[in-house]
Amino acid sequence: MTAFAALASRSVVLPQSNIDTDQIIPARFLSTTERAGLGKHAFNDWRWQADGSPNPDFAFNRPENAGRAILLAGANFGCGSSREHAPWALTDLGLRAIVSSEIADIFRNNSLKNGLLPIVLDEAVVQSLMQRPDDELTVDIAARELRTPAGDVHPFPLDAFARTCLMEGVDELGYLLLRTDQIARYESANASIG
Amino acid sequence: MSSTPRTLFDKLWDAHVVVPETDAAPAVLYIDLHLIHEVTSPQAFTELRARGIAPRQPDRTKATMDHSTPTTPADADGKFHYFTQASETQVDTLASNCAEYGIELFDMRSAGRGIVHVIAPELGLTQPGMTIVCGDSHTSTHGAFGSLAFGIGTSEVGHVLATQCLLQRKAKTMAITVDGPLAPGVGAKDVILHIIGVIGVNGGTGHVIEYRGSTIRAMDMEQRMTLCNMSIEAGARAGMIAPDEVTYAWMANTPRAPKGAAFEQAKARWSQFSSDEGARFDQEVNIDARDIRPTLTWGTHPGTAIAVDRPIPAAKDNAAQKSLDYMAFDSGKPLEGTAVDVVFVGSCTNGRLSDMREVATVLRDRRVDPRVRMLVVPGSELVKRQAEAEGIDEIVRAAGAEWREPGCSMCIAMNGDLVAPGQLAVSTSNRNFEGRQGPGSRTLLASPMTAAWAAVNGKVSDPRELFAQKEVA
Ligand code: SF4
Repeated sequence: MTAFAALASRSVVLPQSNIDTDQIIPARFLSTTERAGLGKHAFNDWRWQADGSPNPDFAFNRPENAGRAILLAGANFGCGSSREHAPWALTDLGLRAIVSSEIADIFRNNSLKNGLLPIVLDEAVVQSLMQRPDDELTVDIAARELRTPAGDVHPFPLDAFARTCLMEGVDELGYLLLRTDQIARYESANASIG
Repeated sequence: MSSTPRTLFDKLWDAHVVVPETDAAPAVLYIDLHLIHEVTSPQAFTELRARGIAPRQPDRTKATMDHSTPTTPADADGKFHYFTQASETQVDTLASNCAEYGIELFDMRSAGRGIVHVIAPELGLTQPGMTIVCGDSHTSTHGAFGSLAFGIGTSEVGHVLATQCLLQRKAKTMAITVDGPLAPGVGAKDVILHIIGVIGVNGGTGHVIEYRGSTIRAMDMEQRMTLCNMSIEAGARAGMIAPDEVTYAWMANTPRAPKGAAFEQAKARWSQFSSDEGARFDQEVNIDARDIRPTLTWGTHPGTAIAVDRPIPAAKDNAAQKSLDYMAFDSGKPLEGTAVDVVFVGSCTNGRLSDMREVATVLRDRRVDPRVRMLVVPGSELVKRQAEAEGIDEIVRAAGAEWREPGCSMCIAMNGDLVAPGQLAVSTSNRNFEGRQGPGSRTLLASPMTAAWAAVNGKVSDPRELFAQKEVA
């Protein structure tokens, strides 16, 4: 995972609530044994028309949104399946942070493991940010703050462990492997169970 | 021993903590049973291989193939025909990963194969008091046995393979108590759709749900699984029900449960897993079972649940309007009477023997409306064999519906079983998201009885009509 401590970007806006993982990446693109290259299928059915041409109205197809790394989304983003293909597709699309008033649990977990920062802010704040997508927002992970050019500072919750992992690029598997002795002790103490 | 009353979830958690959580780090939680399938596991094995790590406890991981597999039988040469080359590669990759690392696999020719959340309970792999994970959000199903069971991502599949553990923050708890008798024609699927309609599609976010109350106690294990299965559709991490005699009777009939004296010992251990009197939950919801009618969804997420005879509500925001537009429905009209194109019975929500029986009860001596395509897909090879022994396949075929080989099928439409663009399907599965059953497909979620009755009538119909007196609204 790439470490990152700060991010500055304008935003792409998807105002709908309940954007589920089947919209983020439809199931028919899960028949892969790779994790790379899924960005072209991100939001596939909204982004591409039946003939394969881009839907000009869809936010990610608008030229001014190219290269933006922050997504401002309606409430309950990422609900649905546990497919890690969802954050794989979004990071491949160039996103580094998702801002919403609610982000589904499994999607949030999966995002953090892929350097995609879930930022939960009050719905009113998200709505106000959506009014000004061309503002360059600054995300400060150390301070757990999102800042606007107008000087507004919006603190967001971020688990201390997740913060360390993001900032230092710590990999959770490496961390778990360091606990092997404790795991072995647990196993011998519970040998008879299940 | 702490004297504070604990919830079922607290007990499951405490029994599996390897390293307790602190402000600085999540807990290390031990995982008793890890289930894998072809779609969400290949990248995890790739990662392990790249790091030169072998699975820590290969016996605690069980594999099956279900999402991408065809529901048509092998041809005369014994060859299965996959929808795409990629699907076949995925299935082959799972087989070679399992062979390489000594993981037990229920493959295409195994009598134990089927949808992962159907086979683990029927084989007795799922047991009370366990922690169970799978790279699949409907792992919540296994909570019906009084286990802590939840879906994980592919990176975490790798963590469990390598360490048999996960890093977890403890979730909050929600008690949902359902009391009272269910009316004829109203089943577990209606109960869970009703609950999601009440608490909302994000009502359970950050929580694990414990279902309790007389309605739940009166349910058999298959109904309890239907209920826990859809906990994730309310945003909950897990759903669970404390084990009781119904649970133990199921366990006693499974091939992998302990036998004889070991079973009695296991039962004594399992019986500790219930919430203590006075245990506190972060949230409590009470539902009166008498309020529950046959329920379907009208929109593009499972929270859009309404009784079959109730009008579709007016759009209260843009998202609801977008749902109505996608579904091509008008608010103010009930779903009852809406013409349907496809009926799908199956999935990890409603692909078990009791679901097959329910459908057979409706289809016996009746015909599926000729305008409707109906697909009945048993959840596992075992369900299929049991149903066929009872003649259910004959009833299904005689009614003009298709009887298929087990798998996820039209629930996720990865294997070529698709609802065509614009078609309206009544489905016993768990998700009605845009395009879930194929690009442009429109889905109404419903119980097997409601689905079968819609197939017969060619339109959404109230299954209470099948019983003597239909309750009046
Ligand atoms: S039946 Fe549907 S929900 Fe269940 S595991 Fe298969 S694809 Fe997932």
